[in-house]
Amino acid sequence: MIWLTWRQFRPQAIAAAGGMAVVVIVLAVSRLGLASAYTAAGLSACHAHCATAASIFLDRVGNFDKFLDFGTVLLLLLAPALMGLFWGAPLIAREVAEGTHRIAWNQSVTRTRWTIVKLGLVGLAAISTAGLLSLMVTWWASPIDAASLAGGSAQAGTGGNGVHITFNGFGEARLDPVIFDARGVAPLGYAALAFALGVTVGVLLRRTLPAMALTLVAFVAIQVLMPNFVRPHLLPPAHFTAPLSTQHGQVGTNVGTGITDIQLTGSFAKPGAWVLSDTVITPSGAQPSDIIMTPAGPEFTVLPRACTPTPGSGFNPVPCRETLAAMHLRQAVTYQPASRFWPLQWIETGIYLLLTAGLGWVCVWQVRRRRTP
Amino acid sequence: MSSTTAAIEAHGLGKRYGHRWALADCTLTIPAGHVAGLVGPNGAGKTTLISLATGMLAPTTGTIEVLGGLPASGPGQLARVGYVAQDTPTYAGLSVADHLRLGAHLNPRWDAGLARRRIEQLSLDPKQKAGRLSGGQRAQLALTLALAKRPELLILDEPIASLDPVARREFLQVLMHVTAEQELSVVMSSHLVADLERVADYLVVLVASRVRIDGEVDDLLATHHLLTGPRRAAATLPASQQVITDSHAGRQSTFLVRSSEPIIDPAWTAEEVSLEDLVLAYMGPSSGSPQEQRLEVHQ
Amino acid sequence: MIDFHLNSRSGVAPYLQLIRQVRQALQLGLLREGDQLPTVKDVAGSLAINPNTVLKAYRSLEYEGLAAAKPGVGTFVTKTVSDQSVVAHQRLSMELSAWIGRAQQAGLDFEDMEALFQRAARAAAQEEAV
Repeated sequence: MIWLTWRQFRPQAIAAAGGMAVVVIVLAVSRLGLASAYTAAGLSACHAHCATAASIFLDRVGNFDKFLDFGTVLLLLLAPALMGLFWGAPLIAREVAEGTHRIAWNQSVTRTRWTIVKLGLVGLAAISTAGLLSLMVTWWASPIDAASLAGGSAQAGTGGNGVHITFNGFGEARLDPVIFDARGVAPLGYAALAFALGVTVGVLLRRTLPAMALTLVAFVAIQVLMPNFVRPHLLPPAHFTAPLSTQHGQVGTNVGTGITDIQLTGSFAKPGAWVLSDTVITPSGAQPSDIIMTPAGPEFTVLPRACTPTPGSGFNPVPCRETLAAMHLRQAVTYQPASRFWPLQWIETGIYLLLTAGLGWVCVWQVRRRRTP
Repeated sequence: MSSTTAAIEAHGLGKRYGHRWALADCTLTIPAGHVAGLVGPNGAGKTTLISLATGMLAPTTGTIEVLGGLPASGPGQLARVGYVAQDTPTYAGLSVADHLRLGAHLNPRWDAGLARRRIEQLSLDPKQKAGRLSGGQRAQLALTLALAKRPELLILDEPIASLDPVARREFLQVLMHVTAEQELSVVMSSHLVADLERVADYLVVLVASRVRIDGEVDDLLATHHLLTGPRRAAATLPASQQVITDSHAGRQSTFLVRSSEPIIDPAWTAEEVSLEDLVLAYMGPSSGSPQEQRLEVHQ
Repeated sequence: MIDFHLNSRSGVAPYLQLIRQVRQALQLGLLREGDQLPTVKDVAGSLAINPNTVLKAYRSLEYEGLAAAKPGVGTFVTKTVSDQSVVAHQRLSMELSAWIGRAQQAGLDFEDMEALFQRAARAAAQEEAV
């Protein structure tokens, strides 16, 4: 049975090996360049307060490598889906659709054994492939990830202003919802789940193309739901509150338009953290209705009177600052700290593996049912 | 080899899909050591019966036993039964040699020598992918796969229906040769009696999901007679002569009767019936409604 | 050795055809005592017929004393049709041809002649039984 599984899987294995070879070569070459830039920026020697050196390194990273950073994430997000579609969905659906199940199920092996060996071997191949890819990509990205963790950021970031680091280009943190799926062991869990999902849908629908379509839909749904609704609660998030200061921020008026520009500074500086919510609160803990939190900082929808310029007499920032200070506004952040990366990885992968086992059981149960002549 | 265990034994076997019974009220005992033909029009339930016998379907009602065991109930039972499904499926992407390796890996009793000899005799290229073989070659490959497993019973579902006459003859030649060599029991279905006439010595006629008649071919032929004579109604015939079909024209009546006693009435001209005519008589609309007693022929 | 053939349209049961062919071969001297008949599996395989049919024919030949089975080896011819019998067959054949000629002159066709023969054969069989 092992021979047959391998022989039927051989074309797909060869295709995957070919693809992997290309990826390995490209990443290896690029990594050499990154390593030398890393050392040149002084980061390998730096042990504390490396934010500046990290930013220098990140700025020096070339366009192709930036594309690779984006591309490898995409690859690791797509790979499980592709394996679910092309390795999982046809595994049993194709046998039934082409009628070869009438051969397979009438040799001297039971259907249970046939299903388990196929699921096990090809599932293992899927997990190994994802693992290998993840390993390679993590290895390739390690200089960038380290720089990001040290507090560095590329030009597009705003740095240290109570603003959470978003997926706005390059140098993002590992805990970022999209990046997280492409680092560590998460791809393995996704690969196992996508594969098991594909096989199960294939067994239920018994036709390859509809199975592929449904698997894609289901898997994408999981990939969207998990980071947004489940992962934030896998471990209790941490909380941070601190006063918002008017001292260092700007308060000024654009005389022409009469619009006042107020910037408050917060003190949330946790590189690599995954911010779940970032709000402005009053001392009582309530959220003022006329302030919203934007990526650039808190924004007043309705300006306090002291901050509204009086027509004709210009704008005096001092009463505005005093009014703002008297409001004692605070910043409240809910976040998962960077150190939670691996615990979250293991918990989530564990959940996927559990789901995979459950789906595997459904497969065996359905194959054993005698309803396909 | 035990001949007391039947090849296939069914009691009240039935399979329903929604409201439709694909097979109903099937009770029969196909003896081992025979080549049993399963004949009937398309949709009569032949594939359903075969699917139940191979364990591809589960019964809705009744029971079925194959060689004394439940169908596909474990590796041992699976090894005793060979199956060639309709349209003789093969793995299009695997070569002939790959198919043999498949058989070798998945069957403990695999006879590699037999498989190799068959392939050589058929002049099949071992490296040729099965998808590129002709219909007849694919059928032979599927047959080889089932035979080299050395089963006790071989079940075939319309294996030669889509083959040309030469391929058909070659398939049956191989089948009969190995049946004699390995003392196989065979159950083979077809919608044409002509395919089965040469090879079957036991016959089961399935029409509209029910068994109309079954028995040894010799007995069937010996107990059915075509009677021609002066016109009379079917009911006027003696009770020992069961009327299967009747037709009347002018002053003449023709009856196909089943009787275990010889016909001695001089008013009748009694002729033998060919197997084909016998089966056609049972397949026709006038051969009795489902409520009528099903006929059995016993030795 | 003998090569069997089958006429599926002749209306004669296959096993009877096999027996007849063996008998004819014996009469023509094509089969002699000690010759081996083809194995069951060879006959079944070349004619594509049920092996039990061949077995029935061979058993019938055994019963008639024309052949004998050696287990594990095969079935062998045990009787050679004697030359005398061949001569007798030839003489009877010629007499039959003459009779057919006379019957045709009398206006009978072949079916009438067959009916006459069957009636006479039946009568003879009944006499023997008595």
